[in-house]
Amino acid sequence: MRIVLSLAALLALSGCGSSDIWGWYVVNPMTASGWTNIKFLVNGMGATILLSVIAASISIVLGLLVALPGLSERRGIRAINRFYVEIVRAIPLLPMLFWVFYGLPIVFKSMGLSIQIDPFWGAIITLALSDSAFTAEIYRAGIQSIAKGQAEAAKTVGLNYFQTMRYVVLPQAIRRILPPLANQFIYIVKMSAFASVIGMQELTRRANELVVTEYRPLEIYSLLIVEYLVLVLIISAGVRWLERKMGSDERG
Amino acid sequence: MTQDAIEMIDVDKWFGDFQVLKGINLNVKPGDRVVICGPSGSGKSTVVRCINRLEAHQKGVIKIGGVVQDGSAAALEAIRSEVGMVFQQFNLFPHLSVMENLVLGPMKARGMTRKDAEVRAMKYLERVRIPEQALKRPSQLSGGQQQRVAIARSLCMEPKVMLFDEPTSALDPEMISEVLDVIVELAEEGMTMVVVTHEMGFARKVADQMVFMDKGEIVETGTPEDFFNAPKSERTQAFLKQILQH
Repeated sequence: MRIVLSLAALLALSGCGSSDIWGWYVVNPMTASGWTNIKFLVNGMGATILLSVIAASISIVLGLLVALPGLSERRGIRAINRFYVEIVRAIPLLPMLFWVFYGLPIVFKSMGLSIQIDPFWGAIITLALSDSAFTAEIYRAGIQSIAKGQAEAAKTVGLNYFQTMRYVVLPQAIRRILPPLANQFIYIVKMSAFASVIGMQELTRRANELVVTEYRPLEIYSLLIVEYLVLVLIISAGVRWLERKMGSDERG
Repeated sequence: MTQDAIEMIDVDKWFGDFQVLKGINLNVKPGDRVVICGPSGSGKSTVVRCINRLEAHQKGVIKIGGVVQDGSAAALEAIRSEVGMVFQQFNLFPHLSVMENLVLGPMKARGMTRKDAEVRAMKYLERVRIPEQALKRPSQLSGGQQQRVAIARSLCMEPKVMLFDEPTSALDPEMISEVLDVIVELAEEGMTMVVVTHEMGFARKVADQMVFMDKGEIVETGTPEDFFNAPKSERTQAFLKQILQH
């Protein structure tokens, strides 16, 4: 954190000189136009956060649904999980985003459905899908780390599959699942920048738009990076807090 | 004629290419106390795990209380309501208190109210003589206490048959007797049980049928007197000689 701040200060200071590289006036909070520009950039924060939170929430549920067949004893059912994970994990985010935003509406139309996909939901669907392959693997590893005897004991006291998961396996697995899952949230936040290319007004899109009008890419993208840094560092602190809390609660 | 509690007819089971059970025939009548012994890898745990269908057998017939075990939901229901199981590794739920371990099955599987389930749980905790540990986590208990909690957890489902899969094998020597005492008491109260164990003193005391297994087969069955004093098979003789030397 300290390093980041000093770096920012250093960059800012160098801009105060007569250097012709930096033109910090474009985001100078002391001037009216600079302040307007800052507000314009930072106002993308809400969209980035909303995008990430909704996509992550969907991914957390979807990932579990994908993980469960992967834990089956039957090969055919496990194959469903492998197929999904291998395919989805292999598709780069940007092509998937184009496919969902430009391609999927055509599929819907051919099926006689009039479903429009706006940039917001296009980005959310793509981020959630792409991330779900990873969360599925996190769930699978976490659940598999719980000894088989636990599920067996649950069976012998009459619990069915879902009760066994709900009351016995998941509460134990969650300690191992939550930290990497929270980590995955950082990935989503960063990947949400891709939403800018389909016109979603989040942090990166706004920076792009401002660059076009102000023609000051160095300063504006520097500020953009700082915005993501602040966001991710806050989440990181949350993840570490979570890990400590989970770790201290771990009992044999 | 009373219905057999457990009936195994010519049961075969394979793990991949390896045949773990070969033509197992076993009848357990209500009130019977069967002790299964044999060298490790002989298939004795697998017999017990097939009885409550933690493992599926591939050939032959297993009936629990007259219901043929074919993997159907109704058949499974019969097992879960009639058969309790105690594991070598206890398998208590570490994230739940002792009390929560005990009430989970009765509440979720049987739909009992918390109050009724807790009353029942206390009754069985007293039976295994650790009511004062109800609010602790399993990890705060000794191995012997944990296994007694596991027995109480099984009893809370009020099964007609109890299966014990090497219940004392994971225990320190000084804790074995406190667990065996509880099982002996259950036997004296008339509980039907199948016990896999190496504790021959215990077997002598509670068993009314001894079963000796080796290499996936039942080699010899008999009353404890015949089994210990006049074993018929050479393999049984060799096994007993080894195990009783210590």
